[in-house]
Amino acid sequence: MPTIKTDALPIRSDEDVVRVRQKVRQWATELSFSLVEQTKVVTAASELARNTLVHGGGGEVTLETLAEGTKRKGLRLTFQDRGPGIPNIERAMTEGYTTGDGLGLGLSGARRLSSEFDIHSEVGVGTSVTITRWK
Amino acid sequence: MADRIPILRMGDCLLVSVQVEMHDQLALTLQNDLTEKIVAARAKGVLIDISVLEMVDSFIGRMLGNIASMSKVLDAETVVVGMQPAVAITLVELGMELPGIRTALDVESGMELIRELIDGQDPDADDQD
Repeated sequence: MPTIKTDALPIRSDEDVVRVRQKVRQWATELSFSLVEQTKVVTAASELARNTLVHGGGGEVTLETLAEGTKRKGLRLTFQDRGPGIPNIERAMTEGYTTGDGLGLGLSGARRLSSEFDIHSEVGVGTSVTITRWK
Repeated sequence: MADRIPILRMGDCLLVSVQVEMHDQLALTLQNDLTEKIVAARAKGVLIDISVLEMVDSFIGRMLGNIASMSKVLDAETVVVGMQPAVAITLVELGMELPGIRTALDVESGMELIRELIDGQDPDADDQD
């Protein structure tokens, strides 16, 4: 599947999380996502960027615009950190489960707001979460 | 980036209009400032206008819930107004239904609701007269 455009942003502070939202909004707009689709992907990005910052100790996000054939377009976001990793992904994906002081909606919510969701994590190595939203 | 959201006082109500992108520290600061101001101003109502917010994620949602709970404990009523439809749809899909938060469509109806809550009327009850 061809990637049309790609870019990366660091996630090291609250301000970076805001910049990720803005960039994702901008790219979703360029793809002519509806307002609801834009809001969903921006919200998912915000949850995952916060996870990268708070649980992963910072990292980065890679944005990709995808095209499948001439009609189907999508936005893929990959959040990567070199943090402690997640020992039990299944539990981390459970709605309401949290190791911090949040609501435990980050991962489960981001999955619900995305068309595709993929997570890889290794204890002591880091975590990578990829979401795709198709138009 | 802004580090504080202004809180205006109008009679016994506090008004907050979020006009900037909400980063996490800003949300926490607002939560703290509001609780202090409710006590200092002996406020009975808090109106938070989020019509400019293009996104409310679980952190901001939790902050709104916290403000509503804390103000309740401090004997003040909170009403959140102006949520954009796309934001509301996304919040519900995210799994966040903002229990305990009263909402109104705009500032005007939000102020009416606060007034009714402060005056101790049940806004859902039918008018008797």
